[in-house]
Amino acid sequence: MVNSGQHGIHAAFKLSRSHASGEPFTLDVDIQLPSSGVTAVFGHSGSGKTTFLRCVAGLERAQAGQLTVQGEVWQDERRHVPTHQRPIGYVFQEASLFEHLTGMGNLAFAMKRAPTPTSDADLQQIIELMGIESILTRLPKHMSGGERQRVAIARALLIQPRLLLMDEPLASLDHQRKQEILPYLARLRASLKIPILYVSHSVDEIAQLADHVVVLEQGIVVAQGDIGEVFARTDLNALSGFDTGAVWQGKLVARDEQWHLVKVSFQQTELWVRDTGEALGSSIRVRILARDVSLARTALDETSILNRMPATITDICPDRDEAMILVRLDCGQEVLIARLTKRSLDKMALQVGQEVWAQIKSVAIVR
Amino acid sequence: MFTTADLDAIWLTLRLASIVTVLLLIVGTPIAWWLARTRSWLKGPVGAIVALPLVLPPTVLGFYMLVAMGPNGAIGQFTQALGIGLLPFSFWGLVIASVVYSLPFVVQPIQNAMQALGERPLEAAATLRVGPWERFFCVVLPLSKPGFITAAILGFAHTVGEFGVVLMIGGNIPQETRVVSVQIYDYVEAMEYGQAHLLAGLMVAFSFVVLLGVYGFQRQGNNSMLGVK
Repeated sequence: MVNSGQHGIHAAFKLSRSHASGEPFTLDVDIQLPSSGVTAVFGHSGSGKTTFLRCVAGLERAQAGQLTVQGEVWQDERRHVPTHQRPIGYVFQEASLFEHLTGMGNLAFAMKRAPTPTSDADLQQIIELMGIESILTRLPKHMSGGERQRVAIARALLIQPRLLLMDEPLASLDHQRKQEILPYLARLRASLKIPILYVSHSVDEIAQLADHVVVLEQGIVVAQGDIGEVFARTDLNALSGFDTGAVWQGKLVARDEQWHLVKVSFQQTELWVRDTGEALGSSIRVRILARDVSLARTALDETSILNRMPATITDICPDRDEAMILVRLDCGQEVLIARLTKRSLDKMALQVGQEVWAQIKSVAIVR
Repeated sequence: MFTTADLDAIWLTLRLASIVTVLLLIVGTPIAWWLARTRSWLKGPVGAIVALPLVLPPTVLGFYMLVAMGPNGAIGQFTQALGIGLLPFSFWGLVIASVVYSLPFVVQPIQNAMQALGERPLEAAATLRVGPWERFFCVVLPLSKPGFITAAILGFAHTVGEFGVVLMIGGNIPQETRVVSVQIYDYVEAMEYGQAHLLAGLMVAFSFVVLLGVYGFQRQGNNSMLGVK
């Protein structure tokens, strides 16, 4: 794979059109993206995230656009490099395999057009990474949705892209298929050196895969930054609700064999988490859903809750649900979000600046 | 059994249909592609012109072709200027008339197949470094194959089955323009019903087998490309 350059990606697009429904839509973004890792473009349907990705690929042409990728201009006032001349890989939302070619035929289609010959070892590595060895002789119509998508991802890698674009690659799959592919995507992000732009409306997928997050609402960037930073915000419509939760990056420091737990250490706190087999010393990302965090005024001794810590209330925000409220907490360096009923808030007379005990009912290791 | 004249007519018919089919695929493919992709207002008018032979009596079509290919017609003056002479009542005149007459039977199945592809395979190809021309040859053509097969079969069969246009343009010249359908007409005129039965039966069997093949192929491919008739 090609090394990423020193420069990042600068993308500015202005595009307006009317939807088939007659509703006008405007995309107006101007963002700088990192040149490595996974950048998730997140938003609800109709937020313009797919349009944004298609503009980056050149499949759609913004009326006014400026796109520079690692120092190379792909679009400006005078120029619009056509899609087939951009060094990208693209994974579409639904399978886009060529139906007349077998799995291997689809891979060969990409290899034939890649800028440099693909070594057998590289091919083998990608086939293994995606776990598609056994289905390569089949035609796409004889593959499951998940299998087709894995072949499509392998094909996008074999074109040797310098930027990988993924448009909700899991959206067309049912829950089980999603769970089947997510580990492959996680492996992919770990083994690829090129930047990935990953469009999704699934908080779960993003929490698991992204390093950097851009949140789009109605064609406008409402938040962007490191995943921990963005997920710690309580003022984002797109992120509030059932799935709201903080993402923490830590390190596995101890293992308790007897109780099948591991200790993950963060900047100033520690959590005990169910042991899922990660090695000691490995970097761990956990997600703490706001609905799994409750607050107490004092440290309770007799409780089934394993993880609790002192915290300071820094903000109290409305939730999308009338009955609920989001409370933002500082636990040393880390930010925690708790989702409580308004009644509890009132009963406990919680206020910004107050010291409380946060009790964390469950913590999920996302990677 | 078949007389020499019958065999001549059969051979001529097959030769005519083969040449016409090849020409139709060459002429029809770009027309079908344009009709499948264009957003121009011309799509309606051009589509209607291509479909005209479906509804016009062959005599009307044959009449205008005869005039156009005649000494004062545009095509006639062009062929005379080229030194080919005049096309009516010649095999090649018949070929050109047949291409026009069978055009919708070839354009429509190909157009349907190309329309059914949608945007996605082309976009996928573009993201795999495939330029516009190569996209057409490496993606559109192979993916539209079922449409081409249906188009070729229908174009061939329809040319074999034509009569009115042949009579108007080609007349009844042995080994030049006397195809099977005309030969049958001659037998009936001459009250030779036995010979007429033989050739007519052959045509029925041939047409049945062809249509059976088309429908069987479509069911197998699970697509409905027979967008005409």
